[in-house]
Amino acid sequence: MHKPKHYISDYVIAAVCVVISLICIIPMINLLARSLSSTDALIKHEVYLWPVDININAYQMVLTDPKYIRSFIWTVILTLICTVVSLVMTAACAYPLIYSELKGRSVINIFITITMFFNAGTIPNYLLMQSLGLLNKPLVLILPGCLSVYNMIIMRSFFYGIPESLRESAQIDGASFFRILASIYIPLSKPVIATLALFYAVGRWNGYSDALMYLSGPGGSKYYPLQLLLYNILNNVNSVEVATQEGFSSPGLSEALKAAIVMFSTVPILCVYPRLQKYFMSGVMVGAVKE
Amino acid sequence: MSKIKSDAPVNKKPVSIYLKRYWQLYLLLALPMLYLLIFKYIPMVYIQIAFKKYSIVGSIWEQKLAANHGFQYFIQAFSDSDFRRALRNTLVLNLLDLAIGFPIPIIFALLLNELCFKRFKNVVQTIAYMPHFLSWVIIYGLALQLFTPSTGLVNMVITKMGGQTVPFLNDPIHWVWTYVFLGAWQSFGWNSIVYLAAIAGINNELYEAASVDGAGRLSKIWHITLPGIRPTIVLLLIMQIGNILGGTFDRPFALRNNLVISWAEVLPTYIYSHGIKGLQFSLTTAVGFFQSVVGVIFLLLANTISRKLGERGIW
Repeated sequence: MHKPKHYISDYVIAAVCVVISLICIIPMINLLARSLSSTDALIKHEVYLWPVDININAYQMVLTDPKYIRSFIWTVILTLICTVVSLVMTAACAYPLIYSELKGRSVINIFITITMFFNAGTIPNYLLMQSLGLLNKPLVLILPGCLSVYNMIIMRSFFYGIPESLRESAQIDGASFFRILASIYIPLSKPVIATLALFYAVGRWNGYSDALMYLSGPGGSKYYPLQLLLYNILNNVNSVEVATQEGFSSPGLSEALKAAIVMFSTVPILCVYPRLQKYFMSGVMVGAVKE
Repeated sequence: MSKIKSDAPVNKKPVSIYLKRYWQLYLLLALPMLYLLIFKYIPMVYIQIAFKKYSIVGSIWEQKLAANHGFQYFIQAFSDSDFRRALRNTLVLNLLDLAIGFPIPIIFALLLNELCFKRFKNVVQTIAYMPHFLSWVIIYGLALQLFTPSTGLVNMVITKMGGQTVPFLNDPIHWVWTYVFLGAWQSFGWNSIVYLAAIAGINNELYEAASVDGAGRLSKIWHITLPGIRPTIVLLLIMQIGNILGGTFDRPFALRNNLVISWAEVLPTYIYSHGIKGLQFSLTTAVGFFQSVVGVIFLLLANTISRKLGERGIW
């Protein structure tokens, strides 16, 4: 279908795509410019897309404040734990279900599917956490979300795409089910594992509502993930504390500081997702949508 | 696990031989099933407090039925103007998302498909997927930098061009449009992936035949590409209609502020503020249950209608 010659319409389409890309990226550029600008420039409304009086004071402030560093490290650890646990759970659920001879498979499938369409709701979940004694504990950020049925279906349909003959010949050679999983399915599933790792990691990194609801009691604030901390900063919760840290005299700094904190909590994801783009675009999600 | 074991001896073969062969698969399934049981099914037990007078002491099984044959809290919810407002807002915001946010990824996918500069196309895609990876808190942070009346970028540009500042975030009606726009902004690139994959699955010979017949670009889109992705469009439409009373907590809660609460309070945030903050557990469980049931009904309805119209449904 490749034509060597380009028509005018090709350039019109390209121009529209440039505009769309600009709409996506200008907010980030603006944020970056503000985080690098001086207080004066911000107060005078001089900062558009390029920093004025470039300085890194705001970043220095964020990177030397133990509160942000602590929260950042905790969120990184939390995200890694959640991603690994969730991937193990997802594979453990998806793999057995591809064996059509597995007895009880249809019952299990119904058991799983119901949870996709019917959710008990916020309060029942909250009461469950309460009765399990998980409120204000770090585990409450890990356990409730450690398996996404939707992601499990994505992995399962990827597993279905792996030729059955591979596992059958391994079975004839006497390989156990564990062995087949570890030496055939996992190595061949790199695209789907990378994609789901990204989904789980992004979900945990970006999530804040569970922390907001389940960590609101005494002792819970120690485990606030970065996003909840950011939410509180943007909404001036504890504004007295923030104001005294920054000094009342320079309201503009708090703008730059806010911009720097937003940058600070976005950068890890912006570094990761383009590297995984070829995996999540390779159509691994499509099987799940068709199913 | 007992359920699975009781299913096993169907054809009178010794269970032990079957299990000896397959125990590893059941072992793998044990933890995921336990997870679903505890975190998805046990909460359903708590739904009964929607029909009962909830008190913190005592087991939920022993508590008394609420007034009006247990429907007291549903009646109370519907006579509560806060709830009716949250219901209206949920419907309005979701319908606007459906009307505006739903078609944009389709148009974008069609556009990308027509884009013939390959390296450039990759860059556009990477940039368009970026907003999907930002949390709603971060998007709110970005929105503050863009839309704040005096210091926001957009308003700075508007005033520079001699216009009046627009209260994008502080006036309820403006806020609604900002909310819908930010939602579309966040998801259009990501949601286009499914359509792009569907387009990639269309048989290339159709396009070649059309070219031979002298079909132009637009007529190929209209007669080949769009019909080719119609099943995908219908499927995603059904799912979004099923979610018409749903929606996440993260987006409205992160984007709202006190000035716009009259249009920003939706059912998930209502449940949070009246339930977890206000401790009206029975009332808010009733609201959540209503929401889930309506969601299932809408999904079934949308599915039935689409099958009546000759489309493939979800099942």
